[in-house]
Amino acid sequence: MATVIIPTPLRKFTGQKTKLEVEGSSVKEAIEDLALNFPDLKKHLIDDNGRLRTFVNIFVGDDDIRDLQNESTTLQDGSVISIIPAIAGGSH
Amino acid sequence: MSLHITHDARERIIHDAIQTFPDECCGFLYGTETGDDRLILEVQAVGNSKDGDKRRRFEIKALDYLRAERYAEANNLLLLGVYHSHPDHPSVPSEHDRVAAQPYFSYVIVSILAGKYNTIQSWRLNDASQFEEETISRSQFSN
Repeated sequence: MATVIIPTPLRKFTGQKTKLEVEGSSVKEAIEDLALNFPDLKKHLIDDNGRLRTFVNIFVGDDDIRDLQNESTTLQDGSVISIIPAIAGGSH
Repeated sequence: MSLHITHDARERIIHDAIQTFPDECCGFLYGTETGDDRLILEVQAVGNSKDGDKRRRFEIKALDYLRAERYAEANNLLLLGVYHSHPDHPSVPSEHDRVAAQPYFSYVIVSILAGKYNTIQSWRLNDASQFEEETISRSQFSN
């Protein structure tokens, strides 16, 4: 069992829950479990091809999964996954 | 839908925007929420991590975002949005701002013209993913 921290902008899709327990032995399985239980959240995490959206970063602890094994990163009991929306913009 | 900002928080945003000119500045907004009304009690400047033209683009590092969420939780505040500046442009969101915007967040934009403060406005995405302006008012708190 791992814990997922839901970022503030996405809490409206989880009934304002900030932390959720998820099943899965990898990041991919954990995100799929989350999407199954919170379908409104799914489109903000996963694209039409079933891959993590480009504008979403996933950390396990303090590490970006891009520096680990991406979606195949294995989880331990008690792992903490953070969903981090990309924050960007510009004047023109 | 309105955004109250303490005098101190507002001054910090404007100061950051002027100091960072001609580049875009950026930072986080923390506070409390009652219904659709928000009160910004604290702001935190962060580095613009955009590779390339910082005069017209900003980006916040994922690790800085993670720290901001943790800071909000540890201090019993809500992370309510982000601010950034538009050097030599109006404080109106661009299409680039809109496409990259997150739901729920308040986006405070400061216009700086030739290095001097011009205007400040705040925007929030509606359910159709279009920006709507939220009225900024000075908080009744004196800080």
